[in-house]
Amino acid sequence: MKVLVAVKRVVDYNVKIRIKADKSGVDTANLKMSMNPFDEIAVEEAIRWKEQGKANEVIVLSIGPQSAQDTLRTALAMGADRAILVKTDDEVQPLAVAKLIKAVAKTEAPDVILLGKQAIDDDSNQTGQMLAALLGWPQGTFVSSATPDENHRITVIREIDGGLETLSLVCPCVLTTDLRLNEPRYASLPNIMKAKKKPLDVTTPADLGVDTTPRLTLLKVEEPPTRKAGMIVGSVSELVEKLKNEAKVL
Amino acid sequence: MRALVIAEHDNRHIKPATHATVTAALQLGGTVDILVAGTRCAAVADQAAKITGVGKVLLADDAVFAEFLAEPLSTLIVGLAEDYDALVAAASAAGKNIMPRVAAFLDVQQVSDVIAVVSPDTFVRPIYAGNALATVRSNDKKRVITARATAFEAATETGTAVIEAIPTVSDPGLSRFLERRVTESVRPELTSARVIVAGGRGIGSDSAFSLVSQLADILGGAVGASRAAVDAGFIPNDAQVGQTGKIVAPDLYIAVGISGAIQHLAGMKDSKVIVAINKDGDAPIFQIADYGLVADVFEAVPELIDSLNA
Ligand SMILES: Cc1cc2nc3c(=O)[nH]c(=O)nc-3n(C[C@H](O)[C@H](O)[C@H](O)COP(=O)(O)OP(=O)(O)OC[C@H]3O[C@@H](n4cnc5c(N)ncnc54)[C@H](O)[C@@H]3O)c2cc1C
Ligand SMILES: Nc1ncnc2c1ncn2[C@@H]1O[C@H](COP(=O)(O)O)[C@@H](O)[C@H]1O
Repeated sequence: MKVLVAVKRVVDYNVKIRIKADKSGVDTANLKMSMNPFDEIAVEEAIRWKEQGKANEVIVLSIGPQSAQDTLRTALAMGADRAILVKTDDEVQPLAVAKLIKAVAKTEAPDVILLGKQAIDDDSNQTGQMLAALLGWPQGTFVSSATPDENHRITVIREIDGGLETLSLVCPCVLTTDLRLNEPRYASLPNIMKAKKKPLDVTTPADLGVDTTPRLTLLKVEEPPTRKAGMIVGSVSELVEKLKNEAKVL
Repeated sequence: MRALVIAEHDNRHIKPATHATVTAALQLGGTVDILVAGTRCAAVADQAAKITGVGKVLLADDAVFAEFLAEPLSTLIVGLAEDYDALVAAASAAGKNIMPRVAAFLDVQQVSDVIAVVSPDTFVRPIYAGNALATVRSNDKKRVITARATAFEAATETGTAVIEAIPTVSDPGLSRFLERRVTESVRPELTSARVIVAGGRGIGSDSAFSLVSQLADILGGAVGASRAAVDAGFIPNDAQVGQTGKIVAPDLYIAVGISGAIQHLAGMKDSKVIVAINKDGDAPIFQIADYGLVADVFEAVPELIDSLNA
């Protein structure tokens, strides 16, 4: 089984972002960047399948600027076999990302494509579902368990609003990861060294014949409303009194 | 402008998020129809027909939709899209699963998790865990939108829309439903509860988590959790509140043993009144709490339960 994993380079989840003074966007210059946490989970899953003998090749793919190579190297250090960078300095929105991944999938012909359920910068939660549509493949979104079998099917458990749901999907299929799927490993120093020698191919949206013109125009970015400062109460009885008589919620 | 809202339901009851979605769709400024796709779900169509502002209920009643699989549902919605300028669903697990698939078939860039409609093509949506609000204009020929239910008032029920049965689609056979394990609870649903008591890692164990549920029960509220509490197995996944869990906005949110990471705040900071109980006076949750109590959960919560019971 061949597995393709899409990884996005995003502002690290621990970093507080700044909005540009002219409201034109978020200032990401000089911020710590990391692999999108859901994509780390996706890479980890693919590597585990390989270790269990269920997958024979793990390819990681990122769309972004030259610096996205660092994210791909991290994935290679975790254990992926080779990497593809679709290099562009332009903003690429989920539909165009899905088209680019589809174009790569046409040549690579993976049995499974793993993505994160959501990029923690744009919070779109779209790309995997769009990719599945464009390829005409089944989708297993928000998965907390994924078990490939010998019959070219994958059993997935999905996190849904009311609980959990189990589906059986035919391969090839698209899966998107949720937080409970696994705990990603840290790359060891020797593996980081080894990753430098693993193959990393670079292509472009033009090479792949995909138009990435944004369909959504960003008009402005603003701070969310802030809450007014609250108070510290001294005791449980004071809390109850405030909730009853001041906030009037009890 | 003609909008089609995708109703969310369990074949018996329409989910309250649908009412908020109708409000969002009405703000596009045109007519609003509603799609009820399911199996033996005529009762749901009747409920949908009552929602104020709905022009017509399209009923697709077929076994193929019994489990709401994304593949047949998206095929159905794409087939209806020609008659509509906008397709709108709730930004729930179900809406998030289906709508991007619809959007891609239509070659439309979806606008996710909309919290305000500025004009028929311009919307506000949170990015970076709600630390920024982006205003975006869609340049596509159609809109595909998911709306954040807590950001829109629920539409009332004074309507008498007509119900029209529509042709169904065949199962593409790409995925097969095996099982659903629904967390059984007599408590109100998280996303529509008036009161939520949420527990975090500070609770320490799943047995101690019953303190949180007891407090919720006294207040007639729902039980929520941080990611850390879910990861630790104190409570099932569907209780997670946050950037990547549920978005809630109750009248009262009591956070117990939760530090207040931005990913958690993203899901609850629009609550009307926020109470935090945490033994660390420097915990970031206190920066957004209306009332903070610096105390040990195991002392404060039993005392709170006692005084509310008294
Ligand atoms: C991609 C990604 C997505 C995420 N999505 C979400 C999400 O949707 N929702 C979410 O909640 N988190 C999410 N997180 C996790 C988030 O970053 C935090 O790790 C998490 O919210 C912390 O949970 P917590 O506050 O329960 O635990 P901690 O941060 O460990 O806080 C525990 C708190 O309990 C207090 N405490 C301990 N013992 C006691 C006691 N006896 N009495 C009183 N107080 C006590 C401590 O002082 C501390 O403040 C996400 C993270 C990532 C990377
Ligand atoms: N630029 C990108 N490069 C690689 N993968 C991406 C990119 N953008 C999104 N993805 C994938 O799509 C998932 C969902 O992203 P989104 O739909 O933007 O929330 C991410 O977790 C990634 O797996």
